[in-house]
Amino acid sequence: MPGVLVFCEVQDGKLKKASREALSIGRKLAEAAGGDLTAFASDESAADDAGRYGAKKLFVTGAGGYNPEMYTAAMQAAIAQTSPSIVLFGGTSNGRDLAPRLAARLDAGVASDVDRLEWAGSKLKARRPVYSGKAFATVEVSSVPAIATTRMNAFPAEESGGGAAEVVEVSAPAESKAKVVETKVTQSGELSIVEADIIVAGGRGLKEGANFSLIRDLAHAIGGAVGASRATVDAGWIDHQHQVGQTGRVVSPNLYIAAGVSGAIQHLAGMSSSKHIVAINKDPEAPIFRVADLGVVGDLFTILPALTEEVKRAKAH
Amino acid sequence: MNSVVCIAQVPDTETRIKIGGDGRRIDEAGVKYIVSPYDEYALEEAIRLKEKEGGDVTVLGFGPDRVQQALRESLARGATKAVHVKGESGDADSLGIAKVLAAALRTIPHDLVFFGKQGVGTDNSLVGPMVAELLGYPQINVVTHMETAAGKVTAHREIEGAEEVIEATTPAVITAQKGLNEPRYASLKGIMAAKKVTIDTKSIADLGLADSDVVNQRVTVVSLELPPEKSGGRKIDGGDPAAAAKEIVRYMKEEAKAL
Ligand SMILES: Cc1cc2nc3c(=O)[nH]c(=O)nc-3n(C[C@H](O)[C@H](O)[C@H](O)COP(=O)(O)OP(=O)(O)OC[C@H]3O[C@@H](n4cnc5c(N)ncnc54)[C@H](O)[C@@H]3O)c2cc1C
Ligand SMILES: Nc1ncnc2c1ncn2[C@@H]1O[C@H](COP(=O)(O)O)[C@@H](O)[C@H]1O
Repeated sequence: MPGVLVFCEVQDGKLKKASREALSIGRKLAEAAGGDLTAFASDESAADDAGRYGAKKLFVTGAGGYNPEMYTAAMQAAIAQTSPSIVLFGGTSNGRDLAPRLAARLDAGVASDVDRLEWAGSKLKARRPVYSGKAFATVEVSSVPAIATTRMNAFPAEESGGGAAEVVEVSAPAESKAKVVETKVTQSGELSIVEADIIVAGGRGLKEGANFSLIRDLAHAIGGAVGASRATVDAGWIDHQHQVGQTGRVVSPNLYIAAGVSGAIQHLAGMSSSKHIVAINKDPEAPIFRVADLGVVGDLFTILPALTEEVKRAKAH
Repeated sequence: MNSVVCIAQVPDTETRIKIGGDGRRIDEAGVKYIVSPYDEYALEEAIRLKEKEGGDVTVLGFGPDRVQQALRESLARGATKAVHVKGESGDADSLGIAKVLAAALRTIPHDLVFFGKQGVGTDNSLVGPMVAELLGYPQINVVTHMETAAGKVTAHREIEGAEEVIEATTPAVITAQKGLNEPRYASLKGIMAAKKVTIDTKSIADLGLADSDVVNQRVTVVSLELPPEKSGGRKIDGGDPAAAAKEIVRYMKEEAKAL
């Protein structure tokens, strides 16, 4: 029975957003390719959620937390049972760690970080941003299975209202050559820029690190994540996890607000596919205005506080 | 401690991308090629290890003749050996590239194999873990800090909102993230020394592989397109901060539907 298998991750007893997105597009692909949607996760706590997004079966491994070697073997066992045409991974750190390893095991092709997917009769057709979004490549994956990792926020998560998925355990080796010895939380409570629907980003126009509070205050008021240009990361004002751009994260949130960011080509590469862009810059010629849907020419030190207040007021209504 | 660093040569990040005549690749005319930025962190870490513990740092690149330039630059920074596998890497998919690199690695003594966390441009993040699987090695991806001890490596891996400390046996695959170190520039002495090194050049056939193992096997690019040109939207004067704030909030609510 072909169909689609989706690698899922659980956090706090629920499927991660990236997994829900991958299941949603996976369900559509399964309809087109024929066969069932099935899912894979660390444990059975994902069964209800996976079913809600249309998975008939949930493969689980007793291997415990994520480990690339063990999970490769467990996924291989799940694939041997269903022979899916397509295997999808949400574009999380673990998804992107595991997909290539599994692909090499199966001699399969991978399209990574895709924002469109389509079943083109026996082949998986995918679109992916390349050159950090300066171009889009359409690729065909002809191997069986065809593997893809999905870009966050590119595929809407849509429930299909199915009952809990049937849980099937697959075995994994007990040993591996690498193990996690410690996990350190680096941004407790802070939203990661790759997962966020809204990003407020600051650049060198902030003048000094302490002024990132203006960006943070607005981000908190809106419920968004904090982004940064490389110049501010290099200056040590903020951790590089926040860096947007060619050598940072490539993001495509619904709304991107940039303040004091000039819009260098390497920065634009990382954010120009955002659906809505607002830029605040005192230089009317700043290149960021070329991609901004709404450009505000002015001083961020007066506009950001006013904006934060206005957002709080709007939210209070 | 011997290391191999896999070096991808990519268009300079400043490049304005133009689509080539075949509609599937970029127009290479006038493109300046550089060592992929993440590979610089990989190379720096390997050089530091060599300085501390001795051994060799071999840089390995698969691609057309121009790749020799990237290997020379890496030698000038402090790599001690270089291997160039000649071939049209542009026609290979990631697993094809990984097979070439894995075959070459079997001929080079090593304890650690370094990659960039992604090749800037292709933005795949695939080749490192693929090589790890092909060689049966453990992998530690997106590394921001690492230490070595006899027969093992401990490294910090960046994941969403956290950092994992992972311990692996060697040989192992490490993919480098920004923050791992501050890459050095080539010194004049390094540039002179690099000129004396002979780059070991081989073909895919020398490695026992056929084109059919490598080229257009599983993933093929059918078209390459530029994103729709953004014309730039409305611009407003922010001289009155309160009025500007009101207009931004209106935009957020009514057009972006973000509030
Ligand atoms: C290989 C390579 C990779 C790179 N990768 C990245 C990357 O991933 N991400 C990235 O961001 N950059 C990257 N860069 C760096 C990039 O080229 C720019 O240097 C950087 O983006 C500039 O950051 P910035 O916009 O904060 O600073 P600047 O260019 O200095 O811009 C500051 C802006 O703030 C405005 N401003 C100043 N004061 C105010 C005020 N009071 N109110 C409003 N506006 C004000 C100014 O008009 C100016 O436009 C890379 C560069 C290279 C060579
Ligand atoms: N043609 C190549 N030759 C040598 N190393 C490569 C090549 N392509 C990719 N790599 C390595 O694999 C890493 C990841 O590339 P990618 O999977 O394309 O994102 C790069 O940072 C390089 O270290």
